[in-house]
Amino acid sequence: MEKKKLVTGVLIDIHNIGLRILNMVLNASGFETIYIGARLTQEDFIRAAQETNADVILISSSYGHAEIDAQGMREKCKEVGLENIILYIGGNLVIGQQCRNWSEIEETFKKMGFNRVYASSVMPQDVIKDLRQDLGLV
Amino acid sequence: MTNALMIDFGSTYTKTIAVNMETEEIIGTSQAPSTVKDNIMIGLNEALDNLYRIIGETEFKYKLACSSAAGGLRMVAVGFVKELTAEAAKRAALGAGAKVVETFSYGLNDQELEEIIDLNPDIILLAGGTDGGNKEILIHNAEKIANCSLQKPVVVAGNKKVANKAGEILRNGKMDVTITENVMPDLNIINVEPTRSAIREVFMQRIVFAKGLDKARSFVDGILMPTPMAVLNAAKLLAEGTNEEEGLGELIIVDVGGATTDIHSVANGKPSDNAILKGLPEPFAKRTVEGDLGIRYNALSIFDLAGAEKILINAGISKDLKELSSYLKQVSSVTNKVPKNELEAKIDLGLARTAVEIAIKRHAGIIEEVYFPDGLIRIQKGKDLTDVKNLIGTGGVFAHGIYGYDILGSGIYDPKEPFSLRPKHPNIFLDSKYCLFATGLLAEVSPTIALRIAKKYLK
Repeated sequence: MEKKKLVTGVLIDIHNIGLRILNMVLNASGFETIYIGARLTQEDFIRAAQETNADVILISSSYGHAEIDAQGMREKCKEVGLENIILYIGGNLVIGQQCRNWSEIEETFKKMGFNRVYASSVMPQDVIKDLRQDLGLV
Repeated sequence: MTNALMIDFGSTYTKTIAVNMETEEIIGTSQAPSTVKDNIMIGLNEALDNLYRIIGETEFKYKLACSSAAGGLRMVAVGFVKELTAEAAKRAALGAGAKVVETFSYGLNDQELEEIIDLNPDIILLAGGTDGGNKEILIHNAEKIANCSLQKPVVVAGNKKVANKAGEILRNGKMDVTITENVMPDLNIINVEPTRSAIREVFMQRIVFAKGLDKARSFVDGILMPTPMAVLNAAKLLAEGTNEEEGLGELIIVDVGGATTDIHSVANGKPSDNAILKGLPEPFAKRTVEGDLGIRYNALSIFDLAGAEKILINAGISKDLKELSSYLKQVSSVTNKVPKNELEAKIDLGLARTAVEIAIKRHAGIIEEVYFPDGLIRIQKGKDLTDVKNLIGTGGVFAHGIYGYDILGSGIYDPKEPFSLRPKHPNIFLDSKYCLFATGLLAEVSPTIALRIAKKYLK
């Protein structure tokens, strides 16, 4: 069976170490990650997902402005024919995240069309468990 | 004595260059009007008569030819995402010496198919999907093309998982198909060389016949490639050298013609300062063709693009508009006109400088300054050519005109436009014998001799 593909990258900012580590674990766990770098735009993710026929777009954002930067992502995916693509986002998504109510943050991003929302403290195995469920691998 | 004859069947002139491979010298050059419509050999025989008058009847061990006649090699490129495989396909076709008349992205619709039929390309290049990526697009576009009335060779250079199936669909539609490696096998990896070779093969096997150029086969060893591919091959050879002969290093060739102005850069183009490179990587040997910047056919479009003042400043003259526009109208209809006085020569200088300035700006990369959370960041798109040390002009204006160095000067970095990454301090050379096409051809049999000859005649 072909491996499930994830386009991964850092939206706007440069902090990519966490994502690179996550990618290594994902690759070792039977997924294929297509890492497209940092300082990315939404369109960078979308074009990559189109061309590679990816199953998931996994966005990392670590400087606290993801709520603005990721606006419209799901709508753009629909526009280009990726309406069913799975969208994950994780990192330091909002300023002062540690002091805020995580459920509210999660709800905000889910309303924007993201399937899963993670804090930067998430363990790779939890992401993998969710991926397997969302991709019908369990 | 070992002599070689190189021939360029051009759209206007058939040109010959004869070299002595032992002394590594050009022994004669000639040209005559091309006669592709009637019989290509008529023009060639006239050029040969002119040549033999200079050098006497001569035996040639090698007779090598290229062609841009009968409209050159016209191609349509079809890919998936506009900025990705569609762009990669276009670059591969340009690198093969083609004139890319249109590029299509995403799934072809009926209107676009009609457009392709109207464009009547010589070859269609079909790409789309990384290897293991999107499968639907290649199949969809293959089906569309197979079911239309066009019967043209197709080169398939897309997702390897479905390339054979796309080929089969096209063959069932009676198309001649060549399958080659993906132009973009993975994201941000551009793989143009296999496509270049495939296009060249199709050119030699099919297009040469289709354009009536096969009549020259009785004389030449083969029409080996489109002329622009010969020039790009010469560019790579001059830059990289051989095991026996050093190259010049990174370089840019400016080819100013009547119908187009082409730029070839052989350079890695990586950022020379702290800029971050974004976008699809560009080929080490990159060719761009500006079909609106030929100094004859497009004299009026250069005027529209740049304006009279720009052309006059570049010409270094101050004359009223009427004389400028009347000369431009003349040359755009009498396309083989040569200037007959100093004023006309200066206007040609102004046209050529303007064309080169615009063409190199389009070819070179750019810097954008963008604010990120960590401050102002310089983003580079395309190739940074600021450190390229060699700028070479080829074409009639450089071989026969007197303003060659002035023309190339307009392609240099301008501090008033610091975001355009043009070469800052290049050495400037002229292809004084108009022999770069010959270098690219002779490189097929003897790269080192071809390189040494080319270097000898760069002034």
